Amino acid sequence: MQSTKSKVIYTVLAWTIAGLIFFPIFWTILTSFKTESEAIASSPSLFMFDWTLVNYQDVLSRSPYFLHFSNSIIIAVGSSILGLMIAIPAAWSMAFAQTPKTKHLLMWMLSTKMLPPVGVLIPIYLLFRDFGLLDTRIGLVIVMTLINLPIIVWMLFTYFKEIPKDILESARVDGASLSQEIIYVLMPIALPGIASTLLLNIILAWNEAFWTLILTAADAAPLTAFIASYSSPEGLFYAKLSAASAMAIAPILVMGWFSQKQLVRGLSFGAVK
Amino acid sequence: MLARLKILFVGAMALSAAVSAQTLTIATVNNGDMITMKELSDDFEAKNPGIQLKWVTLEENILRQRVTTDVATNGGQYDVMTIGTYEVPIWGKQGWLTHLDDLGENYDEQDLLPAIRAGLTVDDKLFAAPFYGESSMVMYRKDLFSKAGLEMPKEPTWSFIAKAAEATTDKSAGVYGICLRGKAGWGENIALITAMSNSFGARWFDENWQPQFDSKAWSDTLTYYVDLLSNYGPPGASANGFNENLSLFQTGKCAIWIDATVAGAFVTNAEDSGVADQVGFAMAPDNGLGKRGNWLWAWSLAVPSSSKNTDAAQKFISWATSKDYLTLVAEKKGWAKVPPGTRSSLYANEDYTSAAPFAQITLDSINSADPSNPTLEAVPYVGVQFVAIPEFQGIGTAVGQQFSAALAGNISVDEALKNAQRITQRTMRKARYIK
Amino acid sequence: MSTLHSRSLARVALVPAVALLIVWMIVPLCMTIYYSVIDYNLLVPGDNEFIGFLNYEFFLTDPAFTESFYNTLLLVGGVLFITIAGGIGLAVLLDQAMYGQNYVRLLILAPFFVMPTVSALVWKNMFMNPVNGLFAHFAVFLGLEPIDFFSQFPLLSVIIIVSWQWLPFATLILLTSIQSLDREQLEAAELDGAGPFSKFFYMVLPHLSRAITAVILIETIFLLSIFAEIFVTTSGGPGYASTNITYLIYTQSLLQFDVGMASAGGVVAVVIANLVAIVLMRLIGKNLEG
Repeated sequence: MQSTKSKVIYTVLAWTIAGLIFFPIFWTILTSFKTESEAIASSPSLFMFDWTLVNYQDVLSRSPYFLHFSNSIIIAVGSSILGLMIAIPAAWSMAFAQTPKTKHLLMWMLSTKMLPPVGVLIPIYLLFRDFGLLDTRIGLVIVMTLINLPIIVWMLFTYFKEIPKDILESARVDGASLSQEIIYVLMPIALPGIASTLLLNIILAWNEAFWTLILTAADAAPLTAFIASYSSPEGLFYAKLSAASAMAIAPILVMGWFSQKQLVRGLSFGAVK
Repeated sequence: MLARLKILFVGAMALSAAVSAQTLTIATVNNGDMITMKELSDDFEAKNPGIQLKWVTLEENILRQRVTTDVATNGGQYDVMTIGTYEVPIWGKQGWLTHLDDLGENYDEQDLLPAIRAGLTVDDKLFAAPFYGESSMVMYRKDLFSKAGLEMPKEPTWSFIAKAAEATTDKSAGVYGICLRGKAGWGENIALITAMSNSFGARWFDENWQPQFDSKAWSDTLTYYVDLLSNYGPPGASANGFNENLSLFQTGKCAIWIDATVAGAFVTNAEDSGVADQVGFAMAPDNGLGKRGNWLWAWSLAVPSSSKNTDAAQKFISWATSKDYLTLVAEKKGWAKVPPGTRSSLYANEDYTSAAPFAQITLDSINSADPSNPTLEAVPYVGVQFVAIPEFQGIGTAVGQQFSAALAGNISVDEALKNAQRITQRTMRKARYIK
Repeated sequence: MSTLHSRSLARVALVPAVALLIVWMIVPLCMTIYYSVIDYNLLVPGDNEFIGFLNYEFFLTDPAFTESFYNTLLLVGGVLFITIAGGIGLAVLLDQAMYGQNYVRLLILAPFFVMPTVSALVWKNMFMNPVNGLFAHFAVFLGLEPIDFFSQFPLLSVIIIVSWQWLPFATLILLTSIQSLDREQLEAAELDGAGPFSKFFYMVLPHLSRAITAVILIETIFLLSIFAEIFVTTSGGPGYASTNITYLIYTQSLLQFDVGMASAGGVVAVVIANLVAIVLMRLIGKNLEG
């Protein structure tokens, strides 16, 4: 039983630390409402300045924000769903029909992420050029799916392993086929794990800032390219950059907040009974 | 039967109308003048109804990476590219750019400033049209100078600059005598230091492509640069690029700033600059040896050979770099914001010269830069503040890192030069310029 | 009988994932290995002749290579240490009863959702800038000389920025693990006279070992190829002080469009990463077993 005093102490401590951690984001959002000269003022003010929406207007008129936004959504959500469709059967097989090779297979999958993108930049670019995938959303969805597939498989694997085999076996005894087993029995039980894998993957794909810059031009460019057009131009840019940043991270921040319970529940890596 | 023919006919007309609508993908840097070009581009679309424009705007380094990859692999993603006087000689020779021979009768190629036009021509063929050109100059605070009892000559020497920096520095008041680029990069600190080195009598390579960092001229250059900035420059100078120095100058923290002539428009703009009416201009300094420390650059529009819309692309380029475009910007944004440094006619225009106090110095600086003979002694390359070889981006950045480290005080000037020599030699050997 | 049936079904189910990953891994790897032994510079059209191990030799004998190698290890190790130590601390704290627990969690989670380029830019311009940054203002307020983060402590600055981004992730996983602790066991230990520290070290920490392992594994994979943060802030400098292997590949090869050497660098990076993975697995692999 914890006393009110310790509750208050913990509250103060936690809120202070949380405030410090969140501060950079808060400051960015604040700066986005300042004018450029206010943004670099030598004694920056916290709330006493001329609030203005001019930066947002500038950004919106200068860049096709909604095109970038929809591209980000298509690429992040599309690659996550595609990844799940491929990974669920794979993780099912590895969790419920484990062989001595399974652990090695898992490690090998994870090791495919070890090749740094800078090393394969040109070969992949040439491949994409030859297949006509440059600057297409499909091309990016494919790349995002492939680079995150090992993580998806692994997370699902650790989650599935915790599910008792009996439930699935009794379904099989009752005559369920493989797909029925997966769709009607496994997925409902594993929904938290699947949901949080989906969410984590959306976040990772949303923030991926290498392939999304290299393989796109005007049509398929997501928000990461949008940000890249605001970093270090000639002239003052802090306030506009803050507005652009706020607009780039707002969607994922909102999504993350609304789904944080789901995220927490699923990231247990098998520690929850 | 007739009805069917009519339908076919209408269908064919509609199809051809749809087919004749071309789309141009334009890759550009996110500098202010280019953003203005994008804003005003509906003027072009109104005059050319069959052509639609799509824009890719990126920061300079990322843009260069993408555009180079695309042009070298024939990716065909862009129809118009924004490149500089560094890429044009290299790419023009490779045949990667379309020869710009269809810019229209009213284009007046002869009006382009000779130094700039020379930088964009290979074998007498123009491969890129200049969007804006720049050199480098001295910007200084007239009020701080009169307070120190000094007067800036129109053509100062480096020793005068050092004296003036000392006299105007007042660290307790947050005023630093000199602000210069220190951020590492072949287009950042190396651009400035290379141009400086030209005026000290140094060069990157001799006629046999041997790096020259072991020469006394380079030692003099780097020692002067590091001493000047460490004593009279702002803290953190080794991470300051154009933007950081611009904001320092605009908030009144620099007495002298030597950088690109395009900064002239920014520092005299009362909206952003706190010192807008106190700025004076002078030519880049020298040591009396015959070469001044000013550089030459032009952001230009080019058409890759892999583009499928070269005609439409040339129309666009012609529009964006024409005399009419300059007038259009003047109407919409004012004469001071017109893209500078491309046409002689602009500098003969009184409306412009009266609105832009930096115009004359800009013109003089551009005209005095000679990319084919940038240094005192002969060199096998072209380029005033860069060396127009493909390897330069990597070498320049690595050497820039060394110079930046010397400025930060992490290594000595001698060490930095030794490292620079070794790094450059290694790369030149791998690229088979030297044995 | 049903086991045999399901076993072959199981293998079939694996096929799409494994096949795709094989293709995704083999094809770029083969192309990379092929390019790494020829002389291929995008900007210098030539014969692309076979030059054996020359690219590797050049890449490995680069004086920057050793420094980059150590920087990579320091970067990964530094971020791991900060995020795990901080994550454990935050997880323990968040597990306590307090007011507004959900909102606190929200705030702590936020940095993970921010794009690496955005967070690097924000930290660089608004905080660490020695003239205009908030840290500088704070120092001046205290009467101290502002620290020039990116010149004096380049690698540390990058570590700080990356740790800020990954701390929420570690906290989240560790918090979930802590919340699955058996409270009764803890209370029993308390009744037996165990103080908070021994409770922590002998009961909480071992329970967390699985989650810690998971964090280390995932983070290491991502941290080995940190690129955007370095690109935006220090560009690897001053000198090579904040260059890691990935960034070295970029400056040494991509910047000059030397595809041959970039590929050689990529192969070297894979070898190094696999070595690190093997070492890691030896050290903590047992914690992953069910």
